[in-house]
Amino acid sequence: MTKGWAAGLKGLAIAATLAFAGTSMAQEAAPAAVAPAVAAAPAAVVAPVVAPVVADAAATHAAAQSDALAGYSRMAPTPGIGQPVPRGIAIQEQFTPIGQEAQVLLENILNPIIGVISVFVLGLLLWVVFRYRSAAVETPSTTTHNFTIEVIWTLVPALILLFIAFPSFKLLANQYSPPKADVTVKVTGYQWYWGYEYPDYGGISFDSVPLSKEEAEKAGEPYLLEVDNRLVVPAGKTVKVLVTAADVLHSFAIPSFWVKMDAVPGRINETWFKVDRPGVYYGQCSELCGTKHGFMPIAIEVLSEEDFKRWVRLKQQQDGIEPTGPGIAAEQVALTPAAVAGAVRAAVAPAPAITTEAPAAAPAAEPAA
Amino acid sequence: MATTADSHSLHAHDDHAHADHDHKPGFFARWFLSTNHKDIGTLYLIFAIFAGIIGGALSGFMRWELANPGMQILPWFTGGNIDAAYHLWNVFITGHGMIMVFFMVMPALIGGFGNWFVPLMIGAPDMAFPRLNNVSYWLTTTAFVLLCVSMFVPGPAGFDGAGTGWTVYPPLSTSGHPGPAVDLAIFALHLAGASSILGAINFITTIFNMRAPGMTLHKMPLFVWSVLVTAFLLLLSLPVLAGAITMLLTDRNFGTTFFDPAGGGDPILYQHLFWFFGHPEVYIMILPAFGIVSHVLATFSRKPVFGYLGMAYAMVAIGFVGFVVWAHHMFTVGLSVNTKMYFTAATMIIAVPTGIKIFSWIATMWGGKLTFQTPMLWALGFIFMFTVGGVTGVVLSNGGVDTYMHDTYYVVAHFHYVLSLGAVFGLFAGFYYWFGKMWGRDYNEFLGKLHFWIFFIGVNVLFFPMHFLGQDGMPRRIPDYPEAYHYWNHIASIGYAIMLVGMVVFFINVFWSLFAGRKTADNPWGEGATTLEWTLSSPPPFHQFETIPDLRNMKGHH
Repeated sequence: MTKGWAAGLKGLAIAATLAFAGTSMAQEAAPAAVAPAVAAAPAAVVAPVVAPVVADAAATHAAAQSDALAGYSRMAPTPGIGQPVPRGIAIQEQFTPIGQEAQVLLENILNPIIGVISVFVLGLLLWVVFRYRSAAVETPSTTTHNFTIEVIWTLVPALILLFIAFPSFKLLANQYSPPKADVTVKVTGYQWYWGYEYPDYGGISFDSVPLSKEEAEKAGEPYLLEVDNRLVVPAGKTVKVLVTAADVLHSFAIPSFWVKMDAVPGRINETWFKVDRPGVYYGQCSELCGTKHGFMPIAIEVLSEEDFKRWVRLKQQQDGIEPTGPGIAAEQVALTPAAVAGAVRAAVAPAPAITTEAPAAAPAAEPAA
Repeated sequence: MATTADSHSLHAHDDHAHADHDHKPGFFARWFLSTNHKDIGTLYLIFAIFAGIIGGALSGFMRWELANPGMQILPWFTGGNIDAAYHLWNVFITGHGMIMVFFMVMPALIGGFGNWFVPLMIGAPDMAFPRLNNVSYWLTTTAFVLLCVSMFVPGPAGFDGAGTGWTVYPPLSTSGHPGPAVDLAIFALHLAGASSILGAINFITTIFNMRAPGMTLHKMPLFVWSVLVTAFLLLLSLPVLAGAITMLLTDRNFGTTFFDPAGGGDPILYQHLFWFFGHPEVYIMILPAFGIVSHVLATFSRKPVFGYLGMAYAMVAIGFVGFVVWAHHMFTVGLSVNTKMYFTAATMIIAVPTGIKIFSWIATMWGGKLTFQTPMLWALGFIFMFTVGGVTGVVLSNGGVDTYMHDTYYVVAHFHYVLSLGAVFGLFAGFYYWFGKMWGRDYNEFLGKLHFWIFFIGVNVLFFPMHFLGQDGMPRRIPDYPEAYHYWNHIASIGYAIMLVGMVVFFINVFWSLFAGRKTADNPWGEGATTLEWTLSSPPPFHQFETIPDLRNMKGHH
């Protein structure tokens, strides 16, 4: 009985030590120890997968651009990229440094460990069921204590958790240490659509409403993921996302960026991402927000820096905003004749080519934030 | 022990003989004004089964709707109005969650088995406060009625029912639901909470004061330990919930702004308060199942529980740590990095006492002489399914990883593995283990095993693919989904149908056995069953232990 007590107390002491050691280590020791493993892995594992895809997308994109006299037309999504995979069983392919680091933690560390533990427990159960079945045992043992084994099954799990804690804290620290932001976008959740705003570029702002089933099918884009106006950001740049909500809680989530940030009325939450590959990426609102919670998707279009600036100019012209923002005024002279022509047309045409079609359910007026 | 058991069966027969003279109250007084812990336990079990049927039916319609993309099933209930069907979905998920947590698992494990077996196991004639016990039961049923009514009164503009999720987060539950549905749901939680607090007071008092002479805390059966720890969790966590939902109520009706930023309040404050209750709540649901499984394993291994004190104090440790991990439910609300690191570390630590329990259960069987009657199958299933749910919990505990997993089906898979396969397997283990003791009739072994295997296959087909859906990014609480999620949703819905067949077998077994089962012996399980309830007749006399058993010569624990 004394032994049992000792084991119990020891377990508690270990737990407490782990708690305090864990938090303090996060600040100093952890990053240094794990950095090589994490840094090496994405380069080795993820890069080859991404490379051909980028080429692919670039081709699609170029094609899209060339036939768009207006200077901008929607990029086509790539099946299996930035959206769920039919019959998929794994996490979506990751396109941000944080996503790739987290993928290594999940798929190379956590999943193998929990798999081994589950199989180990199942194996023990099956062995016990087979070996100690009534027919195979004369008299049951009466053993009820074994100090050594009890210490082992307290210590070993604690050590495994400690091993997991290092890369886990490193990931958290990295999530909260963004590079200097190149572009800031403000995201506002409404019942039931998203509003986007570009404070750096003279306050370009627009709403993003899901496509109806018919519209999505006509456009060949995924229903319940596609929207009329996508959030457009530059490739290879750090995008700071300020998230808030106007009515109830929402959550801004893009699985392939490893981004999920709740939109809370009265608060501005900050998150970030940096994506190199131009393309279209989807997410869905991830906090119950009422009747149409399942019907306010998020679509992000990542454009090359040049195309992004061009898009910004077009948007500014469309909204009657003077050219403003990092690189925009200087860029004005560098716009190609085709793009300028497109920009002018976008500005004067009654139905600008910026959007596909006017959505049936477009909100009448943007509620005051 | 052998000597005490023998002396006990003598007392028990005395009691039994005596009980025959001892007139039971008439039907109305017995079942509506009950003060007898066994009758109240029975009422709780019947109530839990009834609520479970409703909660399970709601999830059946949810799975049916999700079997294919588009809205096919729910518009039936709304006359084809699709928006109303979307809202009805939210009402269903809310109803399913609240019913299963507050009106199925808790009443069955704590109200049902706790009431029935805590007094029997500690050698007490009844609970300390029998009338309080009755108040507690009727508050639960009243709460359930209020919750059901809330589904039929206006919620958000134009629609009926509270579609807030069981978490009732503001502002969706305040400005998002102007109608009275949320008020009724809040009242339901208040009453259920009051009922549980009264129950907790009753259990703590009973366990501390009414143990038979010689039954020290360190000799107390593990089920009693589990109920004791659970009662403390209830007593300490429910007042916080009561405070939070009261503030919600005044925000809704009296113009306060506790959770409204427009008046200086904060919606996140509600989440902190809710989960300060909500996390202990999940241990409240699982701890009694831990206790039951320990007894079942020891009984069918014919061997005492391995590491008794470690098992008892692991539950205490889980209960204690369970109070300081709440914000892992809130990893995406915008917490600071240090806060997330703390809650990551604290959450992971729970795996240590949980691991102690898993390994001690296996060690309990190690070297035993195992037979595989129905309760043992459920207990074995419990260990493995709880392990699977536990390890995915370790994945989710990582604040950085949870950014992806939060509010996806991975979370749904995780908590159904620990609750729908953990707590519910424990529940069925206990139900079959004590069936004969409670009703005096043996359940049918073949039907019991058939129920186990169909249910086991069904729930795994139902919940395992949800890990895939979650990893593929599917959010929770949506009635329709992008085409890519069709395949695994369809498989999961087939799993529900399989599970449903298992439940049909269960009900056939219950009714068949109650009417045609063989009479149960005092101790049908043999030398492995050492706790005091097996020294009494089956069913036990209306008033047992009129002569308090003397356990002062007892060796070891129960």
